[in-house]
Amino acid sequence: MLSTNDSSKNSLNNSLNNSSSDRSKPATNKNSVRAQHRNSNQPQTVWQIDLQHTLGQGETQFNVDIQFKSTAQRIVLLGPSGAGKSQTLMMLAGLVEPKQGLIRFKERVLLDTSKKICLTPQQRRVSYMFQDYALFEHLTVAQNIGFALSKGLFNPSSKRIDDKVNVWLDRLGMADAALKYPHQLSGGQKQRVALARSLVHQPDALLLDEPFAALDRDIRGELRSLLIDVQSELNLPMILITHDAEDAQAFAQDTILINAGKIVGE
Amino acid sequence: MSSFEFDSALIALGLTLKISLWATAINLILAVGLAYYFATRRFALRNTLDAILTLPMVLPPTVLGYYLLVLLGRQGPIGEFLEHYFNIRLIFTWQGAVIAAAITSFPLVFKSARAAFESVNPQFRQAASSLSIHHFFIFFRVTLPLAWRGIMAGTLLGFARSMGEFGATLMVAGSIPGQTQTLSITVYEAVQAGQDQLANFLVMLISIVGFLILITSNYLTPRGMRNTHA
Repeated sequence: MLSTNDSSKNSLNNSLNNSSSDRSKPATNKNSVRAQHRNSNQPQTVWQIDLQHTLGQGETQFNVDIQFKSTAQRIVLLGPSGAGKSQTLMMLAGLVEPKQGLIRFKERVLLDTSKKICLTPQQRRVSYMFQDYALFEHLTVAQNIGFALSKGLFNPSSKRIDDKVNVWLDRLGMADAALKYPHQLSGGQKQRVALARSLVHQPDALLLDEPFAALDRDIRGELRSLLIDVQSELNLPMILITHDAEDAQAFAQDTILINAGKIVGE
Repeated sequence: MSSFEFDSALIALGLTLKISLWATAINLILAVGLAYYFATRRFALRNTLDAILTLPMVLPPTVLGYYLLVLLGRQGPIGEFLEHYFNIRLIFTWQGAVIAAAITSFPLVFKSARAAFESVNPQFRQAASSLSIHHFFIFFRVTLPLAWRGIMAGTLLGFARSMGEFGATLMVAGSIPGQTQTLSITVYEAVQAGQDQLANFLVMLISIVGFLILITSNYLTPRGMRNTHA
């Protein structure tokens, strides 16, 4: 629990709720998208995704064709490496532009190539957590976590730590490591820092690329439950990709199986 | 060595430093800016343009000097424009020497800076943009701090190259004592005039300055660590 700062949690939840209605755009129905309404009272669709893209070159070239619609807060894309999972996730974050497609997050259209809409990563308010964390080597743990809080020309100060950063340092048990640099951290600590950095600016959703792949077996379970706790506390929609069925079983409310760029099961 | 010779050596040193610093400042903006563009964007003719920008490294300085004379001379397209509209003349001025030095040292700064930018894992830029930071600020907050050692090493090499510039400078700016006569040109003039003591002194001076710059540049050159990410 973010017991040290309940007000920040509330404001976080408020901002999440407001942001979707503020930026609402008229809905468009796509027949090709399969509906997956599981409850009779039809909860809100979180993600509606329909992406076509070509990956690789020459003989290794293959097409990604991913369509799904989900009401789940925790979605797992499960498949072997090289199946196109990471590329799909990067398309959701706006780091890769697909050849054509539609991405709708709640009421917001993030991408609609037929209407020439393609929001930049900055506009999407969707955080992306890289498999090897991509922590900024030249910044301390506290500066890394507070990176998104400072919008201008300068990185956060290494001396004065923002209150929001302190909340996360305490929550993740990293207060002692605030002034350390990424190369001084263990894999599990790096992952915690990356998680805090992705969440401190209160994004609308979090995308996680193989978050447990680089970790030892024994701390995997610990970080899995941490992630589930954080997700339910913040009520933050997450999509996680993994090749490990155990991750999917532990985390997913909705699992989508991907192989060679296609959905092969749910 | 007479005190007059010693004074003229000091004047030449001062002038050389002034020209080299200006040339380096120009390259710090122009070469580093272009290097960033080349390192992070894919565009048509990228390799061809890179080759053209690197040409000053392999062309004889006299050829560069000739190009500059043709472009910047009173009949040249740029020279005529500058003189007609701004009353600026570059030929036989120290500013002309700055341009000659900047162009001959450009590839050293450009190549090193491009390599330095390319060694920064693109994931850092992507991570920063998914944290809603504008591209312009990402450059100053992430890319530049991670690449600065490589850029500084290249910039120092460029500075050293500017200090030693001879051929292009002589053709564009001539050899006017106190105005365009740089250290390397003074050495040439001293040898021609049989002033051996002055020549010896200048040669030692230039060698020591060059050595110090290279030592510093080596110290700054990244040791393959910048490529790895956290």
